[in-house]
Amino acid sequence: MKFIQSISAAVLLSTVSLASANPIKIGFMLPYSGTFGQNGQTVENGFMLYVKEQGGKLAGQELQFFKVDDESNPSKGPDNANRLIKRDQVDILIGTVHSGVAMALAKAANDTDTTLIIPTAGADALTGPLCSKNVFRTSFSNWQPGYAMGVVAAEEGYKNVVTITWNYAAGKESVNGFKESFEKAGGKIIKDLTLPFPTVEFQPLLTEIASIKPDAVYTFFAGGGAVKFTQDYAATGLKDSIPLLGAGFLTEGTLEAQGESAQGLLNTLHYADGLNTPRDNAFRASYKENFPDWSLDVYAVQGYDAAQMLDAGLKAVNGDVSKKDAMREAMRNAKIDSPRGEFTLSKAGNPVQDMYLRKVEGDENKVVKVAVEKLADPARGCKL
Amino acid sequence: MDPAIFLIQCLNAVQYGLLLFLVASGLTLIFGIMGIINLAHGAFYMVGAYMAFALQPLVAQYLGGGFVVTVLVCVLLATLLGYFLEWAFYSYLYHREHLQQVLMTYGLILVFEELRSIIVGNDVHGVPVPGWLASSIKLGDVMTYPVYRLFISAMCIVVGLLMFWVLTRTRLGMMIRAGASNREMINSLGIDINRLFRIVFAIGVALAALAGAIAAPVSSVYPGMGNAVIIICFVVVVIGGIGSIKGAFLAAMLVGFVDTFGQVFFPAAAGVMVYLLMAAILLFKPEGLFKH
Repeated sequence: MKFIQSISAAVLLSTVSLASANPIKIGFMLPYSGTFGQNGQTVENGFMLYVKEQGGKLAGQELQFFKVDDESNPSKGPDNANRLIKRDQVDILIGTVHSGVAMALAKAANDTDTTLIIPTAGADALTGPLCSKNVFRTSFSNWQPGYAMGVVAAEEGYKNVVTITWNYAAGKESVNGFKESFEKAGGKIIKDLTLPFPTVEFQPLLTEIASIKPDAVYTFFAGGGAVKFTQDYAATGLKDSIPLLGAGFLTEGTLEAQGESAQGLLNTLHYADGLNTPRDNAFRASYKENFPDWSLDVYAVQGYDAAQMLDAGLKAVNGDVSKKDAMREAMRNAKIDSPRGEFTLSKAGNPVQDMYLRKVEGDENKVVKVAVEKLADPARGCKL
Repeated sequence: MDPAIFLIQCLNAVQYGLLLFLVASGLTLIFGIMGIINLAHGAFYMVGAYMAFALQPLVAQYLGGGFVVTVLVCVLLATLLGYFLEWAFYSYLYHREHLQQVLMTYGLILVFEELRSIIVGNDVHGVPVPGWLASSIKLGDVMTYPVYRLFISAMCIVVGLLMFWVLTRTRLGMMIRAGASNREMINSLGIDINRLFRIVFAIGVALAALAGAIAAPVSSVYPGMGNAVIIICFVVVVIGGIGSIKGAFLAAMLVGFVDTFGQVFFPAAAGVMVYLLMAAILLFKPEGLFKH
């Protein structure tokens, strides 16, 4: 009797391990509610679109998906990450939008040696001091759009520029990027204006700008703050006399609300409307067909590329996720055929990509030109 | 700082202070007179702003009205909402501890945020400035001042004066003040205190929604917009003295000036200036500027 029991136990165990070895477990830790709720869902849409185009499998393997709503709440970050890593035992983590939550996620991934692809969060540190062989990013570092705009501002012949942003990490990183390239080209930042996050009472600082009269203003705001800032900037009449330059998130996904106030604004990002490449057109058509009710934006592209990157890694190991090192090696060396244009990864795992200069026309961020080709984040503090 | 810029900054401060006053006045009424810590006040501000956004097309279609009619509809609906909420929830809170009040009103914030998400979604939306107020006045050589901002200030002053008149010069105001000082006594005099409080609460909600609705064209509407407002409003109420309209006005002006000039002169400490002001005032006047 005991013998039979142990046999059946052994059979049971082997079938269990066979079953669990079979599908690749992918964990989405994304915001599905709250301010970034829409962005989280769009990232997932993009990811699923690529999987669907590959016939529902990656590298011939079945996929199993797990989801956690991280609510963009950094204090719940470690718990939510462990839910996917420990409870669901996922092989691959995809997340997230909020930089603070992404930090917690990266830490949990490093502690357990889990492969993580970050499809949005822009904190420099993620591919800087916190970089790790298991962490990849398909979006950008905050430094990148800022740096690209600094180059553009110098080309436009601006000499004295005022910067304005919230006094928090993303804003400072973006402004630092701008400052680096702009000052290298001989420009001068005559004043760094900041206000506490997430204050939207801009009037005093706009008055300050009017009294300084710089050649141009560089800014980083996003979401509701970006809408109010562009509206106030236009309403105080500054838009007509002092050009406003921004990191692309100033006008990303907010144009309907900004209306007239955003028309003509120059901004920099790694994706744009009107690229009109066969790759981008195909992606847009496919996305529109599969997700007709969802906006097509940079978040969808970043999710789509996360799936492409994972696919490249899995193909190199024939879908065997236990060969972590070989898979990661392949991901790091992959050329991603992104709708934004082809990109590679830096040693630290951040995209080396073209940064586009865009101009707002109607409800589109129309591409003007490539501001900086193949821009790589300096990955300061990364020891890889 | 040259005098023209200084004057514009003063105008900014006054304008910000007046808007704060409009939101905070409803809060101080409910807090001071009914003794309820209403964390959901910011949610009512948000409800007002979102109604101004969502109802505008409906009002234009069915009532043929513009911005003013929309705001009136918002205020009317908010009053009804306040009336209902007092009946359904708040009336059970008068004799409860502050902790329970905080828990329930915090819960309401979550409920309203979720409802907002379900009904309107999570996008940021702009609300157009009404055409007849869309112009600007030239100030200095590069700057203009939007007329709509002056309109907001004028509205705040009118509402403030109206409220002051109701509270000090009318029978309703007398009953409200009496009810605040002694609930049992006014009840025994044959005045229905429950009905009275229901009215006060509805007025408080209406004031918050009005502030949200008229601020919407300059602030745009976005998720979580109420939470940004509620903290600074509590600061105003506490500085001014709980329940005092006069105090709320003075405190809102103080906060407006400190915040504006703090941002200009001490940008690194701009986030804490207002709280330093509060701490300093409470040190010398623990019950705020005007004791109720």
